Amino acid sequence: MRVLLVDDEEELVSALAERLRIRGIDADWVCICYDAIGRVESEKYDIAVLDVKMPKMSGIELKRRLEEKCPGMKYIFMTGHGSEDDFRAGSSEAGTAYYLVKPVKIEDLIEKINEVLND
Amino acid sequence: MSCRCDMIGETGLQFYGKMTGSMSHEIKNALAIINENAGLLEDFTLMADRGMPIDAGRLKTLAEKVIKQVQRADGIVKTMNRFAHSIDESVKNVELDETLKFVATLSGRLASVRGVTLEVESGASPVTVATRSFFLENLVWLCLDFAMDATGGGKTVGLKAEQTENGARLKLTQLQGLSERTTSAFPGERETALLDALRAELAIDERAAEIVLMLPRDIGQ
Repeated sequence: MRVLLVDDEEELVSALAERLRIRGIDADWVCICYDAIGRVESEKYDIAVLDVKMPKMSGIELKRRLEEKCPGMKYIFMTGHGSEDDFRAGSSEAGTAYYLVKPVKIEDLIEKINEVLND
Repeated sequence: MSCRCDMIGETGLQFYGKMTGSMSHEIKNALAIINENAGLLEDFTLMADRGMPIDAGRLKTLAEKVIKQVQRADGIVKTMNRFAHSIDESVKNVELDETLKFVATLSGRLASVRGVTLEVESGASPVTVATRSFFLENLVWLCLDFAMDATGGGKTVGLKAEQTENGARLKLTQLQGLSERTTSAFPGERETALLDALRAELAIDERAAEIVLMLPRDIGQ
């Protein structure tokens, strides 16, 4: 299983990736949306974990772009909204998406990754 | 029962919600980084329990990251607190450079999400007017919100305050895309209500690529 984490907060996404790797999950990270698009052109990932609000491109827009490049890849959103309900209310994409509210528990992220991959 | 729509009150609440919502997202990010670095520290101690040596340099780096994020969150909370108190007094003396810097700080993340840089140009001497501080912050934000879509390729909005004979003017500059935007909807009802309340005037100068706000020296009580 390979995971790509995308968040403009470098210290967050690098720490999350390291914690996943400690738990045996092959995880890479980028903190610029355009880098994510470039990365999936050269590497294969099973799942992308995307921050919702990022500079220049939202996580939802990034998902649309990545879907064109990698039709089989699956997605989880990470949101800074106050609650899951707020995220659902604020995004038309949210109703059909998997998501976690920051701060994320590493166990919850791993559980969500497994859930998405088994869906 | 009738319901009278208070345009300035509604606009003020929208502004307050927008800014506090944005800042709460940023606090969430700081907390998330603290959470992950604390989690890494925990991971390292668990690994040490299983006989893996702990790298003291890594621990120091993680501790420094946590301290940095605590300072970041503290700065955001101080900004939120100052913002909350800008409603305390109806009319007060306002240093316009400080107002511009403050609104730029408040809207920093919203600008960043739109890929726009805000540049406040400080003047040689302070420019002060007696005005309604919160209304002015709200009006500057509304102008900035419009201006951020009018930067053209430059993706920068300049902000500066200048003294005039009868008061002061605030300029939003470097708006190379101003002529491409339909300006008939701006200023709209909300901006007009705030302009009236501040006894201010707004001009759009497409040739100079600027929005100019003219403020009186003292709006009175």
